[in-house]
Amino acid sequence: MTQPIIQLKGFDKFFGDFAALSQVDLDIKTGEFFSLLGPSGCGKTTLLRSIAGFETPSAGSLYIDGKTMEGVPANKRPTNMVFQSYAIFPHMSVAENVAYGLKARRLPKAEITTRVAEAIAMVGLEGFGDRASHALSGGQRQRVALARALVLKPRVLLLDEPLSALDKKLREQMQSELRRLQRAVGITFVLVTHDQEEALTMSDRIAVMFDGKIAQVATPQALYGQPCSRRVANFIGMMNFLDAKILSTSGDTVEVELQSLGKLALPLSQATGGIEGCNFAGVRPEMLTILTGSQTAEREIEVVVSEVFYYGDMTYYDVKLPFKDEPITITMRNTAGRAVLAVGENARVGWSASSLLLLR
Amino acid sequence: MLDRGHFFKWYMGIFLVFLYAPAILLPVFAFNDSSVVSFPLKGFTTKWFAVLQTTDSLHVAVRNSLMIAVTTAIFSTLFGVLAARASTRFSFPGRRSIMGFIMLPMVLPEIIIGVSLLVVIIQMGFELSLWSIILGHILICTPFCIAILSSAFMNLDQSLEEASFDLGQTRWNTFWLVILPLVMPGIVASLLIAFTISLDEFIIAFFLAGTEPTLPVYIWGQLRFPQKLPSLMALGTILLVLSISLLLIADYFRRRGVRRTGIENSGGFL
Repeated sequence: MTQPIIQLKGFDKFFGDFAALSQVDLDIKTGEFFSLLGPSGCGKTTLLRSIAGFETPSAGSLYIDGKTMEGVPANKRPTNMVFQSYAIFPHMSVAENVAYGLKARRLPKAEITTRVAEAIAMVGLEGFGDRASHALSGGQRQRVALARALVLKPRVLLLDEPLSALDKKLREQMQSELRRLQRAVGITFVLVTHDQEEALTMSDRIAVMFDGKIAQVATPQALYGQPCSRRVANFIGMMNFLDAKILSTSGDTVEVELQSLGKLALPLSQATGGIEGCNFAGVRPEMLTILTGSQTAEREIEVVVSEVFYYGDMTYYDVKLPFKDEPITITMRNTAGRAVLAVGENARVGWSASSLLLLR
Repeated sequence: MLDRGHFFKWYMGIFLVFLYAPAILLPVFAFNDSSVVSFPLKGFTTKWFAVLQTTDSLHVAVRNSLMIAVTTAIFSTLFGVLAARASTRFSFPGRRSIMGFIMLPMVLPEIIIGVSLLVVIIQMGFELSLWSIILGHILICTPFCIAILSSAFMNLDQSLEEASFDLGQTRWNTFWLVILPLVMPGIVASLLIAFTISLDEFIIAFFLAGTEPTLPVYIWGQLRFPQKLPSLMALGTILLVLSISLLLIADYFRRRGVRRTGIENSGGFL
């Protein structure tokens, strides 16, 4: 395996007594689109700024491309950053902004001109070179910020919540464009976001962070399908939780008693974060089915519909299980012929043991 | 009975008359062909301006004042830039109290500053000179400069500096290429304010002048001679026109700066 482009070992960062990062170990592979995902205050931005060189670690070490970054200031690191506010220099034109880093490297004028033109074209801003940067829209500023960083051909591009200031439509457009750009230039992208959907759709791998620690590093599918804890499961998409009690384990099988669903034997592999201390069973809303007419399922349970949320293509149901106070959520696609249930109706829900996860 | 709208119109009218009537009288009497400053007017003349041209002691005072005002403006703005940058960008122990002490001369009576500086300079065995006035003026102007420049530095997005550094530029060049151009309107405003304050400051200049008077000290001295009054009116007219032009120029630059950086246009002189 090739050497990871970014390596963090036992990385700590304290602000006074507050541990913004504690004991972070992380490898980011060359050329991947990597996301740091977590709620605000989880340390993801501090981690990104540490890689960029704006924060010095309290302990631990950081290697980029196998070289230690200790004592290397931000302007000497092979990383460039796209700031949350974009930080476009307001007194310079688009082309001057993009040329800024090249001028700092004292490259010949002709080379600067061609590379700036290439970078501006790459982000789809042809003809905007002479525009005053304060006259640009949010999406255009974002593109200038990208061009300004990518024109330097960094080893790693760091993106600090670059899409959070854009409206929904533009954000979705920029998501696919960022992905396209990353594939085109082949540079490692490290993206900080609090938006799980954004992380899932864009990334090759995601690190989920809570309270300054990395909770899980995985591909989007693995993160969604095999979250390692209740907290991660809850942060990535929706999940229903039932109380679970481990009765016994033998070989690859674990005997559990579940709230509402009763006793059950599950393969040990469904305890995705390890069996130790598991006290919840989780199931994704789309893994449950509301059965209609003569439909049957591997396992069934009687429920009462307590809330209906109609979204057009989907309907979200809150249903009440026997022996459980909190309703659970089921999402159903509104396919042809499927009637939307009403509040108070009785229904049969089909589920399967293979879609259950044991979590702590 | 006046309704509210009428009341405020009258109030505003009277207020403006009080504010500007004395200033308008200056040019009126400056062009009046009489050595007595009183109505009715006698006739049009420019001879009071001609008198100014031949008064050598006035020229010396103007030169002194300009020299003092320019030097004061440059130094207090320089100190202002350093203090504003330090107080907005870095946090250090005792920052608030240090800034408080720096700003204090703004509310200290000038006569106190004048007397105490006089005592200190004499005690230390220095001669009174233009430099002692400059010293006093820097003391009172710097707080104003800091106040203006702090807001300019505060409005600066810190990530702009980080972006410049991140793009490979040094801290020193970042200051020249990014920070300075963006706070330039503030620096121009600071220079002008310090210049204006220094130019018409009287008390400190009076105490520390020694043998070289500044313009306000010279004018005050001339007031003892009633026959000089019309030419002082002419002098006042020139100063009035100059300061209004200066203000217009300053605001032109401020607006241009605002336009260039795309910051919301708020405040300003005009």
